[in-house]
Amino acid sequence: MITFTVNGETRKFSGDPTTPVLWYLRDELQLTGPKFGCGMAQCGACTVHINGEAQRSCTLPISAVSGGKITTIEGLSENGEHPVQQAWIEHKVPQCGFCQCGQMMQAASLLASNPSPSDDEIVQSMSGNICRCGTYPRIHKAIKSASKSMAGVAYYVPEKAGEES
Amino acid sequence: MSQYFDLTRRRFLKSSAAVGALVLGTCFTGAAPRVMAGVLAKPSESAKAANLFIALRPDGIVEITCHRSEMGQQIRTAIAQIVADEMEAAWDKVVVIQGKGDPKYGDQNTDGSRSIRYNMQRLREMGASVRHLMRQAAATRWGVSLDACSAEQHIVTHTSGKTLTYAELVNDALNITPPETAKIPLKKRSEWRYINTAMEHIDLKDIVTGKAIFAADVLEPKALIAMIVRPPVVGGKVKSFDAKAAKAIEGVVDIVEIPAPQGAPMFQPKGGIAIIANNTWAAMKGREALTVTWEDGKNGDYNSAAFKESLLTTVASSQSSVRELGDATSILVKDSDKLVADYYAPHLAQAPMEPPCATAMYYKDHVDVWAATQNPQADMATVAAMVGQPQEQINVHVTMLGGGFGRKSKPDFSAEAAYLSMKTGKAIRVQWTREDDIQHGFYHAVSAQHIEASLDKNGAIEAYLHRTAFSPLASTFMEGATSPLSAELRLGFTDNPINTPNMKLENGEAPAKARIGWMRSVSNIFHAFAIQSFIAEAAHKAGRDQKDYLLETIGPDRIVDVTEQNAEYDNYGGDKAVYPLDIGRLRHVIEKVAEMSKWGRKLPKGRGLGIAAHRSFLTYVATVVEVEVSDKGDLKIIKSWASIDAGTVVNTDTVKNQVQGGSIYGITAAISEGITFDKGRVQQSNFHDYRVPRMNDCPLEIEVEIIPSDAPPAGVGEPATPVYAPALCNAIFAACGKRIRQLPIGNQLKA
Repeated sequence: MITFTVNGETRKFSGDPTTPVLWYLRDELQLTGPKFGCGMAQCGACTVHINGEAQRSCTLPISAVSGGKITTIEGLSENGEHPVQQAWIEHKVPQCGFCQCGQMMQAASLLASNPSPSDDEIVQSMSGNICRCGTYPRIHKAIKSASKSMAGVAYYVPEKAGEES
Repeated sequence: MSQYFDLTRRRFLKSSAAVGALVLGTCFTGAAPRVMAGVLAKPSESAKAANLFIALRPDGIVEITCHRSEMGQQIRTAIAQIVADEMEAAWDKVVVIQGKGDPKYGDQNTDGSRSIRYNMQRLREMGASVRHLMRQAAATRWGVSLDACSAEQHIVTHTSGKTLTYAELVNDALNITPPETAKIPLKKRSEWRYINTAMEHIDLKDIVTGKAIFAADVLEPKALIAMIVRPPVVGGKVKSFDAKAAKAIEGVVDIVEIPAPQGAPMFQPKGGIAIIANNTWAAMKGREALTVTWEDGKNGDYNSAAFKESLLTTVASSQSSVRELGDATSILVKDSDKLVADYYAPHLAQAPMEPPCATAMYYKDHVDVWAATQNPQADMATVAAMVGQPQEQINVHVTMLGGGFGRKSKPDFSAEAAYLSMKTGKAIRVQWTREDDIQHGFYHAVSAQHIEASLDKNGAIEAYLHRTAFSPLASTFMEGATSPLSAELRLGFTDNPINTPNMKLENGEAPAKARIGWMRSVSNIFHAFAIQSFIAEAAHKAGRDQKDYLLETIGPDRIVDVTEQNAEYDNYGGDKAVYPLDIGRLRHVIEKVAEMSKWGRKLPKGRGLGIAAHRSFLTYVATVVEVEVSDKGDLKIIKSWASIDAGTVVNTDTVKNQVQGGSIYGITAAISEGITFDKGRVQQSNFHDYRVPRMNDCPLEIEVEIIPSDAPPAGVGEPATPVYAPALCNAIFAACGKRIRQLPIGNQLKA
């Protein structure tokens, strides 16, 4: 039996411990925000936070998150009010939207550890997340503007995300 | 604001019909309001039959059906903008219903950048009909003249100041027969409040909160998961398989063989063995444990290196004529100083972020399919053939698409799901992996082109010869076809804009040993690459500025009709009187982008600007790319600019986003290794070896300007793609003097 939290709720799992976190979230919990894009940590569509840090859930076995905290886009904010989500709306980033949950989780993690990233730091952090629609220039701009609104605003402390719920 | 499924709609209509919702269609039959078909490219008889496009409910909510697939181009928003604007609906009372597959809608094939072109006029007419009905209903109720009543934002106001809401008028309107649409005035452009604005798209909030429903997010019906091992070679078959180990995996519930396709590939599944499990991970492990031996068939010899040589050999000698003016051959044969260039581009995979996925539930008298499909009517036909039921019994519910780019016009995945549901009696979701997507796709054609030109004493092109050869899309529909349809050649080849007295365009045959499919902008990609690269090469030979030479080469403002030069040309199905090939508009986008990019400015060493312009899907785009190439040959794209003339546009921000995204999609052609085959098998498998642009490959700024235009709407989704690779390669030449004629760029800058 493996125990962990998902978006603040305690969960137990007794199935195949090699099951990737992505398939547990999607198949078992019906949390469909994290997407399947490649299955080998190449595209970032499945990005979630594990103990506050962005990780690819498609290759991460569930046994590795024992005792840990998983946060998905559904747990990032109640109603899309996280500064990253707000910036995504402000810059009308998404086209098809399939990769965007992963992009936003990656961006939220970046800003949590580095509230004012440089242009290059953004590129470096985001280049593991593919967007075939090609929204990269808007993603970059949205992160810049979220970083401005996040400076001094402790909106979201990923290590603690969901603990109060 | 948004709802996705027809089931919801049926519920709505059932409940609302009882109390009398006002429903308008393309041509509503019987005593109900009628709206005649507008400018449909080919209005089918069935499209004229009763249909639901607008339903105004008694509570005032207006349901607008989107019958085109949403894949990031914001068509759901655009359709609502058009209808709501003409009907004077309040935006917060608009709900978009995703239409399922149904021939009554007319064309639903969401490709070819034509959703707005085909539908804008009839959508406007339907919206205007509702507005008229509301005004008429109020006038009748008040016993006043129609002219004394105006409609604005869901409210009709009389000149005296009294008002009635649309909700209050629904029942009255049901008894009114509207005049023919031709008699109902449409709004003037200056009166538009939604059309031609940058309003936010309706699915934005659902997307940023993870609530948008893509194919794999359909939770009802609860489905078993199928993963399929398909023959690695097109035309191959299962010889034998051993499923013992796969069956032993916990969660695997069934193993089903899918039959091999017959005849031309069409959109048939490739066949293979399906592992069905009660969760995705078990299906994946089951697939790993399965052993299959294959019979490869006649395409088992497909080798990309050898095929490339055969294509280059084909274009080295005279081929069948596609278009001819003057006598290019005799001038070129005498010119010892002519410019000659061969261009090559490999197969590419569309690789949408969402791999193909569909859920199906088979019943004896119908089949339900939930799919990320660009063309639900093709799903109906393909599924019907696969399960032996009539098309009318196939209900195709269209989900949001996680990108399409042409891959999802080909619904082999829906047919797989339906077949497996038929065999198991259970709801089945077929989930393609990225490996499946890369290795079992319908690929962008591999191509080779040969161009020769003779320059006169002023450097102008006096004679031009261009041969193209590529594995034709026709082969997907006609077994063994080696010649493209004219509809493939018209994509940037037949409609070459070069102004020269002597032109000869030829096409050579080429077989297809893989399944060929459309990819965003299709053969425009390699044709524009060759033509726009060649013009820049000619500029260099003539010692001229790229941009000035490009303008001179396409010549003065005029309308070109290539059919006057013995060419077959269907102009993307657009009437040539309405959508002529207008060199003036092509010149204008070039001049605009030159101004935007400050063309001609002095650049530091290692930097260069490149330009390219092209008309596709009846739209004109010009792009300038600025690059930096280091001494070691490292390439960095600094910035790019694009100007687009797509005629009338509906959502200005969407157009900009599409041009930015279409530009970046165009980078794929330049940097990806492409899809290569050996022994008939695709050699790439996932994003580690099939490279697609990432943020660090892309400019962080792509400036876009839309040319303001009252011309009829043309395409937007595709036309920014073909210009990008040639503009990029022209910039590379300007930066470091290396000319890229063969894609991908690969290590060519390092040599």
